[in-house]
Amino acid sequence: MPAREQEIFDRKIEEEIRIEPKDWMPADYRRMLIRQMSQHAHSEIVGMLPEGNWITRAPSLRRKATLIAKVQDEAGHGLYLYSATETLGITRDEMIEQLHAGMAKYSSIFNYPTLTWADIGAIGWLVDGAAIMNQVPLCRASYGPYARAMIRICKEESFHQRQGFEILLTLSRGSEAQKAMCQDAINRWWWPSLMMFGPNDDASPNSRLSMHWKIKRFSNDELRQKFVDACVDQVKTLNMLLPDSEIKWNENREHYDFGEINWEEFYEVIKGNGPCNRDRLEARKKAHAEGAWVREAAAAFAAKKNDSTKHLMYGSHTTS
Amino acid sequence: MDLISTYIIHQADNALILGHRNSEWTGHGPVLEQDIAISNIALDLIGQARYFYQLAAARINESAPGGNITEDDIAYLRDDFEFRNCILAEQENGDWARTLLRQFYFSTYQLLLYQELLKSRDPGIAGICGKSVKETIYHVKWSSEWVIRLGDGTEESRTRMVEAMQTLNPWIPELFIPADFEYEAAATGAGILPDTLKDEWYHRVNRVLESATLPTLLSGKNPLQILSGKRGVHSEHLGHLLAEMQFLQRAYPGCSW
Repeated sequence: MPAREQEIFDRKIEEEIRIEPKDWMPADYRRMLIRQMSQHAHSEIVGMLPEGNWITRAPSLRRKATLIAKVQDEAGHGLYLYSATETLGITRDEMIEQLHAGMAKYSSIFNYPTLTWADIGAIGWLVDGAAIMNQVPLCRASYGPYARAMIRICKEESFHQRQGFEILLTLSRGSEAQKAMCQDAINRWWWPSLMMFGPNDDASPNSRLSMHWKIKRFSNDELRQKFVDACVDQVKTLNMLLPDSEIKWNENREHYDFGEINWEEFYEVIKGNGPCNRDRLEARKKAHAEGAWVREAAAAFAAKKNDSTKHLMYGSHTTS
Repeated sequence: MDLISTYIIHQADNALILGHRNSEWTGHGPVLEQDIAISNIALDLIGQARYFYQLAAARINESAPGGNITEDDIAYLRDDFEFRNCILAEQENGDWARTLLRQFYFSTYQLLLYQELLKSRDPGIAGICGKSVKETIYHVKWSSEWVIRLGDGTEESRTRMVEAMQTLNPWIPELFIPADFEYEAAATGAGILPDTLKDEWYHRVNRVLESATLPTLLSGKNPLQILSGKRGVHSEHLGHLLAEMQFLQRAYPGCSW
């Protein structure tokens, strides 16, 4: 191991100086970042599917436009994160291959189905809410490109969360059927959202190393507790219930106690046995396979015109 | 309803139906950047549709004391035969070639139309078009580039473009055959007769098709018109699109969302 470089790296971590792509870094640090960041990018892309499921059925023109914009933001997040991960010496194509081959994970939450319109609200409130709890500390992650991508992403995510909550609030003040739809969605998304924080601290060996390197700043259980505390208050505004009879204020801890997560379900869904694992991966593979001739044609045209493929292929536009 | 309101709703229906079709791609595009681009165009179009529906709703409410029709009532509570969009807009996405060609044909038409409508005597219409022209210039640019790239790309992409042309070309003439509301709009100065755009449309489209090394189009005489979206006689595709789009409003009538 290059002792001098290791020393510089350690000092930077210690002094909260960001590690940048050209800096020396331990191989394990690089590997851990590639794993976490690509997983994060894949989550954004796979996460487009359950919400995209309701774009064509959104109940009003305003909701339709907002949902398209939201799903499109997620594509944008995927894009920054793939680009940030590419600074570690892996290509987007390689990452996508790993996803399609089942070698790279994405957030398990997206293996649950969106069955009613209320699910779009519940995803915004709970899933984006949990994501924000996880992601805000990542804005201070030790790896520069990751931290900077996260700053932009977090701004948009908190906007999504408010939109989701507002969808539920509208339902909660609506007809009996709409109220029932709202409660049902909360029932189905609550526990999987708690699982988004990962295993308990004593079952999460990667966490410790990640915290040592200041990629992560808080443990899984700390973040989960923060999330539960926030949601217990928010659900009152909705006049709905969280599906856990053990939620109770604990004077000593100054936190809410809550019930035990079904860890069997957690590990089964990670292993690929969730309700939508196969559907999600197939949808991604199908889009990629059906797009192959498009990408080839763009590359062939670019080669013919001696133009840059990247410019032609990736020349997308953003509106204000 | 007066014919000028129908004219405005016709513009809204075109934008909504095409935007809805484009949004079916969101999450399924051939490459991430283009997924974002097509979703953006969907958003622009749905935004345009909303302005036109809101304008129409305001007109309808003004003429009916106590009326409180909203943009959503118009979009979600009309049946197939009440929609006034051109049949081209409702055609299924098919592959990327067909989606792109549909966008190119339609955006070229919308751009010419919106530019003329900047002079509309109805300030509401002129205002919406002022905003929409900028977006549509981009839609034409983006789709033209793709038509050229796919036409002149690989053997396969060219074949797919030719097939897309075969599917979509029959729906071109309808764009330029005036409907009653277009005659009325032209007579009052609120709108124009679409056949005045025809020569320029063919000229612009053929210029791009030539660059794409694809066969060019002949304008010719108007064919027999059995179907006409503008008259509310649509292809089979629209009913399915509406069944999906209107589902919640129909299943839970009278709710706020």
